[in-house]
Amino acid sequence: MKIARAFLLLASVAGVLGCGERPAEQATEPSEQAAAPPQAGETEVKLCDNHTTTTVPAGTVHTRDTGQKIADSLMAKWKAAHPEQDWEAEERKSRTFLPAADNAALIGTETPTQAPGHPYRNFTQQDIDSWKRETETFAVAGSKVFHSADELGSTIAVSCDMCHPNAANTHAETYPKFQTQLGRVALLRDMINWCLEHPVRAKPMDADDPRMRAMEAYIISQRAGATLAYGKH
Amino acid sequence: MTERKPGQRDASELPIWKSVETKYMEEREATLRALGKLDRRSFLRVSAAAMGAAVAAGVGINPHSFTTVNVAYAQPQSEALGAAKKPEPAGFKFAYISDSHLYKRELNDRFIRSLLRAVDDVNALDPQPDFVLYGGDLAQLGQKEELELGAQILKNLKAPMRIMVGEHDWYLDMGARWRELFGEPTYSFDHKGVHFVTLNSVVEEDFWTAQGLTPMERMQTVAGLDNGKQRPFTVGAEQREWLKKDLAAVPKTTPIIVFSHSPLYKLYKQWNFWTDDAEDVQAILKPFKTVTVIHGHTHQLLTNRIGNISFHGMLSTAWPWPYAPEGLPAMTIQMNRPDPFNSMDGCGDGELLVHPDGLADKLYKLWNRNPVTVSKAYMTSNGKKDLPIKPNAGSY
Repeated sequence: MKIARAFLLLASVAGVLGCGERPAEQATEPSEQAAAPPQAGETEVKLCDNHTTTTVPAGTVHTRDTGQKIADSLMAKWKAAHPEQDWEAEERKSRTFLPAADNAALIGTETPTQAPGHPYRNFTQQDIDSWKRETETFAVAGSKVFHSADELGSTIAVSCDMCHPNAANTHAETYPKFQTQLGRVALLRDMINWCLEHPVRAKPMDADDPRMRAMEAYIISQRAGATLAYGKH
Repeated sequence: MTERKPGQRDASELPIWKSVETKYMEEREATLRALGKLDRRSFLRVSAAAMGAAVAAGVGINPHSFTTVNVAYAQPQSEALGAAKKPEPAGFKFAYISDSHLYKRELNDRFIRSLLRAVDDVNALDPQPDFVLYGGDLAQLGQKEELELGAQILKNLKAPMRIMVGEHDWYLDMGARWRELFGEPTYSFDHKGVHFVTLNSVVEEDFWTAQGLTPMERMQTVAGLDNGKQRPFTVGAEQREWLKKDLAAVPKTTPIIVFSHSPLYKLYKQWNFWTDDAEDVQAILKPFKTVTVIHGHTHQLLTNRIGNISFHGMLSTAWPWPYAPEGLPAMTIQMNRPDPFNSMDGCGDGELLVHPDGLADKLYKLWNRNPVTVSKAYMTSNGKKDLPIKPNAGSY
């Protein structure tokens, strides 16, 4: 089988869009996208995920246009197989988010407790950007759970946003507090679990469940700027 | 009991009918009152009995904790039993039920039970209201099964029904099934000297074609209150023209009552507590001496007055919304923050008493609390007279 020269080019285009994210176990499964073995003269082109392929007919003229078509066809197949790949952009478009705190003031700041040459002695723009990006992405992931009855595991199609748009009336800044109805001091996650069991009719989540952690991040992010007042009713 | 202001009605002036829940709350209050008057021996006897009853009822109680309970302000027995029935005030009444957000029965029956409760409430009114207004969002996702289920339940109402459309009813099939069941969403009628107008105020500009959304994706986008992918609600040029024509023949002294699903003013755009062409609609209504707008969508006690126009929100039977973080009208006295531990708290139904002068008292019958009346005197005095009860736990 002839390997097309376009392979490397396609690999670099696709690399940005999540190559390598495919779970390992899928690699051994028979490919749904596997086409019939290429006939004589045809060329099979494989994406860098070593999985998605397309077949270029014999005698295809080598122009930029035909190359682009091959690339587009591979990317279309990959996107169809990974509908969730744009989840963060989609979620950001649908909802409103508050920015995480700006740590720009730390750029170039000497940290006296760290020895010279230590990687965290001098913070760079890249540090600041990645903290912000990762923190905000965590909150966006929480929003996705918060707004989805399915991800919450609701048996009655109820999601958190149906009573708490933009996490309103969640007042994350008031926890821990004595929750009279529970008869004990509750953390935000205790109230989330209470809501999951009762109005949402889902199973409560472990404290370290990724969905629980992300939801806490989202709820707190929506309350940015509120004064911390633990115990407040 | 809260001091009653002159002119303000309370539960004792309403027909005496008690739901199972009301009776339960009354019994609980009576028990708690009695506890305060007991010596130690009797206390133990009564509390053991109460605990036994609670356990029998399946209420989880932690015997090691001191747990305070929220007592609804049920009317005292003596008042309920002893009060002679007062004569009905002049004018007429209509009841309202709104925002039930029904899912298919197999998926979620809690909201169905809530709507049934509201229908029972209204059917128990004696005398019956002249009609019942349904305020829109009968369905959650505009599905045929949801709308049909709602129509079936609403058929149990004894009084005639008037209905308006909400965005949850509309954006799956653009109102096709809703119109088959209930007719056109824009209409007017006259009743006892008042001209009623019903508008479809949830018209959104096409945002779905460009985004390539399926009908269900479009519906789910509109159904999310904090979903920023949609456009603001409008009444639209076509209906505004219709409204102008409809009102052309109506004398300016005739009281007008408008039904619209969204508030016909601008409260909070981010949640679509908003009608984008509200000013244009208000301008059409402005020449009339007495105008009242009754809207759904906001699921809360909400009051506004702009010029001669009074605006009243309706309670939902499904869930209460929090108050918007900004833009709340000065006339609104918030209802108490709902108790998340009670799935029906902050929900309810209500009535309108339309006086002979066309001004209305708006009654919010919150299922778990004292009813709240926003009277015509409160509205016409711009909030100076006859203030409704203030909340002791507002939103934050």
